[in-house]
Amino acid sequence: MISAPDVVAFTREEELEDDLYREPPLPEEYSVPLFPFSGQGANPWAKVAGSKFTRDFILISEFSEQVGPQPLLTIPDDAKVSGTFDLNYFSLRIMSVDYQASFVGHPPGSAYPKLNFVEDSKVVLGDSKEGAFAYVHHLTLYDLEARGFVRPFCMAYISADEHKIMQQFQELSTEFSKASECLKTGNRKAFANELEKKLKDLDYTRTVLHNETEQQKKANDKGYYTTQAIEKANELASVEKSIIEHQDLLRQIRSYPYRKLKDSEFHPYEPECAQDRADMGSHDQDPTASEPGETHLYTHVPSYTPKLIKAKSAKCFDKKLKTLEELCDVYFFTQTLDQLHHIERTFRGDVCYLLTEQISRALLKQQSVTNFLFEDVSFLDEKPPEKQYRGCQGLGQDAMDEKCLEESLAPKVVISLGSYKSSVECVPIKMEQEMEDSEEPKMSESVMSEHQENLDYLDADIKGSISSGESIEVLGTEKSGSGLTKSESQASLPAMASPQAGRSKVGSRRTVSEDSIEVLSTCPSEALIPEDFKASYPSAINEEPYVDDDQGGLRFTPRASPGVHDGQDDISKQESLVQVDAACCIGKESPNFLEPLAEQLGQKACEEDGVVRIPPQPYRGPAEQGLRGGFPSHQGLSGGLLPYELDSRHLTGSREVSKSSLDECSDSTSHISSAASTCSDRTPSPAQPACAQPGDRHRKRAGQNALRFIRQYPFAHPAIYSLLSGRTLVVLGEDEAMVKRLVTALSIFVPSSGGYTKPVKHWVTSALHLVDFQKWKLIGLQRAVSPGGVNVLHALSRYSRYLSILDADSKTLRCPLYKGSVVARLADHRTQIKRGSTYYMHVQSILTQLCSKAFLFTFCHHLHLPISEREPEESVVNRRMNFLKLQLGLANEDIKIVQYLAELLKLHYIQEPGQGGNPLLRFDYVPSFLYKI
Amino acid sequence: KSSVQTIGEEQIQNPYTELLVLKGHQDIVRFLVQIDDFRFASAGDDGIIFLWNAQTGEKLHELHGHTHKITAIAPFSSSDVAEEKTNLIITASADRTVIVWDCTSGRQVQKVSCFQSTVKCLTVLQRLNVWLSGGSDLCVWNQKLDLLCKTSHLTDAGISALVELPKNCVAAAVGKELIIFRLSASNNGYEGWNILEVKRLVEHQDNISSLVSVNDLTFVTGSHIGELIVWDSLDWTKQASECNFWDSSVHPDVQPEIKLSQSPHETSVQHLTSDEECVFAAVGKGIYVYNLQMKRVIACQRTAHDSSVLHIEKLPNRQLISCSEDGSVRIWELREKQQLPAEPVPTGFFNMWGFGRTNKQANQAAKKMQENTPVYFLELVGDLIGHSSAVQMFLYFGELGLATCSADHLIILWKDGERESSLRSLTLFKKLAQNGDLQLKL
Repeated sequence: MISAPDVVAFTREEELEDDLYREPPLPEEYSVPLFPFSGQGANPWAKVAGSKFTRDFILISEFSEQVGPQPLLTIPDDAKVSGTFDLNYFSLRIMSVDYQASFVGHPPGSAYPKLNFVEDSKVVLGDSKEGAFAYVHHLTLYDLEARGFVRPFCMAYISADEHKIMQQFQELSTEFSKASECLKTGNRKAFANELEKKLKDLDYTRTVLHNETEQQKKANDKGYYTTQAIEKANELASVEKSIIEHQDLLRQIRSYPYRKLKDSEFHPYEPECAQDRADMGSHDQDPTASEPGETHLYTHVPSYTPKLIKAKSAKCFDKKLKTLEELCDVYFFTQTLDQLHHIERTFRGDVCYLLTEQISRALLKQQSVTNFLFEDVSFLDEKPPEKQYRGCQGLGQDAMDEKCLEESLAPKVVISLGSYKSSVECVPIKMEQEMEDSEEPKMSESVMSEHQENLDYLDADIKGSISSGESIEVLGTEKSGSGLTKSESQASLPAMASPQAGRSKVGSRRTVSEDSIEVLSTCPSEALIPEDFKASYPSAINEEPYVDDDQGGLRFTPRASPGVHDGQDDISKQESLVQVDAACCIGKESPNFLEPLAEQLGQKACEEDGVVRIPPQPYRGPAEQGLRGGFPSHQGLSGGLLPYELDSRHLTGSREVSKSSLDECSDSTSHISSAASTCSDRTPSPAQPACAQPGDRHRKRAGQNALRFIRQYPFAHPAIYSLLSGRTLVVLGEDEAMVKRLVTALSIFVPSSGGYTKPVKHWVTSALHLVDFQKWKLIGLQRAVSPGGVNVLHALSRYSRYLSILDADSKTLRCPLYKGSVVARLADHRTQIKRGSTYYMHVQSILTQLCSKAFLFTFCHHLHLPISEREPEESVVNRRMNFLKLQLGLANEDIKIVQYLAELLKLHYIQEPGQGGNPLLRFDYVPSFLYKI
Repeated sequence: KSSVQTIGEEQIQNPYTELLVLKGHQDIVRFLVQIDDFRFASAGDDGIIFLWNAQTGEKLHELHGHTHKITAIAPFSSSDVAEEKTNLIITASADRTVIVWDCTSGRQVQKVSCFQSTVKCLTVLQRLNVWLSGGSDLCVWNQKLDLLCKTSHLTDAGISALVELPKNCVAAAVGKELIIFRLSASNNGYEGWNILEVKRLVEHQDNISSLVSVNDLTFVTGSHIGELIVWDSLDWTKQASECNFWDSSVHPDVQPEIKLSQSPHETSVQHLTSDEECVFAAVGKGIYVYNLQMKRVIACQRTAHDSSVLHIEKLPNRQLISCSEDGSVRIWELREKQQLPAEPVPTGFFNMWGFGRTNKQANQAAKKMQENTPVYFLELVGDLIGHSSAVQMFLYFGELGLATCSADHLIILWKDGERESSLRSLTLFKKLAQNGDLQLKL
């Protein structure tokens, strides 16, 4: 049917398979549905070339009633950022797609002007010619002097990466809503204040006019009114009307539904918020009563002297309009700016990185029992919960529902095969529509609005646009998950809104046209209903068929993004965990429980190919191949590492200046990577929120050092075993830098015992004591020649039973024997991994496996307690050892590792929150051996 | 090379595989005293008394009241008929005060500060519901801290040790002398007591350093120059004595240089403890097991530690724990060695043959006896290294573990790691059930 090569990419994958390869079809139940858009040539790293700005930025624009659309400010406030990008032009663009039905004034049939509290509209639009894509958040602020009392504004997040905008839509929307709420709250206060003043003026004017009229009446007893008097009376009447109108406006602005404040977390200014709420409770009956914030304002008001208002306060165009700052009260304005800066920091960097980060964060959050051991959990507390992860949760929503029944104790995030199913479930519908009308897919959002994230992806691909000279596409906006008819009617809005739209629109369909604005979905503006706000998801109103153009970025297939696969990997791990858990709880014999994991990994690896096969940059190919070769059993993992890698290279590239002394040890690979990052087409984004930066840098450095350590020292295994089994490792040496480097390297193997910091002490110069071993599990110790040094060594030999000692100067290690296999996988000196951060991830993955084993071991009741009252202790011990050996497949010293981790888990779990808990030192009476190079 | 027996890092029989460091004291911790099944108190030179939970290591109370170091501490459970049993502790300090504390509330119950000199020892006579304080004189107090009676000024040096004997008697060690006092109800008035000196025993050549009651019939004293005398508790006569602990010439296996280095301090009897059969003496660096029946030392470890053994305790399971100035705690087991009578004495410093006798006849008799009695020796089964300075004392809590206190200001709770681990599991599952985490959370 379709044979033209340039269209092949957009046909169904199944057709492609059938037509080109003629593979014997698998029975339906065995086939893994292919992701429909991981098509050939889909290069997730391709960027639209030629964007005129260097990195993402936030733009605030206003549709001024005097001069039209104009940019107000950018964040970061740096001319270099926007570069040659035409802000004025882009402001025009983004302001012209404001779908807020912000109607203020006299609605027909209403006596007074009515303020509509419109919900902000959220639109994604793209200008493929400029290479700019933007999330645009329109909002309306009130200004008494403005036409219709409203001033339309918009905040836009502008990026060269369309997919970033599409995939981070929810997050962007959430964050920008906070900023918008902040602005609007300030604006309401300012507006109310302004109205107060105006009312005072009017009141004064009325008094004056009234007096004048009275005087005239007295002076004039003729019985009839002079024109003057009539005029005065009219004037008085109009002032009185005006007073009523303004009072009404004031009432309206104050009766703003404060319940909104309750459910949203937007308030960055807590104390006032709390006051507002308290106030709201007490003054519910009397909305006009002043609230604290305004009382505060009123304290200044008495100094205000009312002015006489001229009869015709005509709006003149030469008057100066209020600035945004004036409109919103300085405090709220700065709060908003802070929030916007926060947004800018949060969304810096590559989308793959952002996604991976979000997914792993979401997964980590779920592993609340074990994640303290090896993960840096501090960031989990910093971030506001839930919303942040909506994207990925939504992704796995269906899967979750399916899995929930099977799962017992295990964490619940499942972004797994199930999500394929869910995407498949909706895809055929689309496909069928394409079949009906293969070139013009229709709107089908009602079916799909539940899968908001999928829809974004679908949007990205199925949406059509013809890049004409005047190319600007609205890719998606938020809608308030309502019925089909509604959406349709709303979809027609943009057609009206865009004057130059010369398109023909029939119902929900559009023909390919040369016009420049393509609206794929839109957001209805409705009166505010919080529930609506919550339920609002971007819809897919796919109007145009995709016609190929040269803007390769549009071919991106987000579902194939490594971030997602990374998540899936974790999930598969969790799934295997679940299986084991179930098995052992039921008591079923499942000695080869690891098989499902392997299978899944293999499966993943196949799917992964779609991604990994396509080298993001030519030079990356060999490295990637090597990496995969080195880890046949962890292909999934290595695939998942890509975005991270990508990002860490950014780090090196952009932050070379801030090399710390520890970076001296970074081996040649990092230089390669930093050289690579000079590749110019990449957004040289520092990629990280400032807070996460040190952690990342630390990881990378630690990974590099660890890699060097395991290559250099043949006795790395027993050393790592010591750390994993909770035996304090002392790194002894004269050179502080060298010792610290070794400590940094080894620190990634140290399980943390709760709390935010790892029990690692980089440098100690005095003699160690027992208390130190309780507190620190990895210590860098100075070897000194001074008499003090003798004491230090004496203490070491005295407490040698609690210690493993790594002598960095003579390259010896004194520690117990290790004959297990876990550490061998953890630290293979022949590893092909070259990059520190890759190795770090590898270590994390193995440690996560260990953690899950420890979790199982800890939480299986009958392994620790007798099943019946009379059961002797020995049989429990036997059962425990059997479980460790047979079920968990641990050998020799590996058992000790899991036992130690289990002990930490127990302690962490039973520890009372308020109580610090006594750190206890566990040890074994085992002989040590001396290892030499 | 040190002649001290060492044990490698592999200690299969050592159950203590977990430790908790209890911090709080700011000076040497000298005393540990058990209050009940799970609580103990610690006191030392900083004048503060801490109450601890022996299971969790939790600090229960911090008792401030003394301004100088603590010199004596004794638990005292008051049992009024009407009231419930309350646990009290009595502490004496170098600030010449004695304070009674309530262990449950951690409050000071009463304070006495009318002492002429520092109280160096405290003994509670539960039977009579009185307690005695020994300093330069001996005072008898009732539970309410009323002074019932007191002796005249005895000596400036003061009473160093007190032990309760049958028939309302107490033995007090005053310098080289052992004075027996008898408490008798006075004729005039209710709760009136008199204290009378009954007898002075002057058998010791040097200051009496330790005094312990073995059973109702015997008590034992030890002196600084290594004399050990077994006394009859009823008629206060000497039953047996041993005084050549330091005499190494009779022990061919001991190297001469050790003999040269010996000083009186190293032969002093630091501490005595006993079970029904034996008296265990910490003499200098060594540990000696003296059998009361056989009236001889049946086993010994001449250099059990690198320096003086400060405290020694017999465990129910034939084990013996000793702690020393060298900062270590060692666990010994008294083992029986099956030995053919004709076989020569094996070398090895733990076997004591022909231990010095004062009486030659007794010696011969003992030798005869040896030939058909089992031979004992002390086997080192484990050592606990944790303190960085002298371990002053320890307290054995059975299953809960062992508490040691030291001059490094720390108390260490040594625990059986296996037991603790399973206890934690138990707590874990209890908490799981409590939190409802056992239910499926979807």
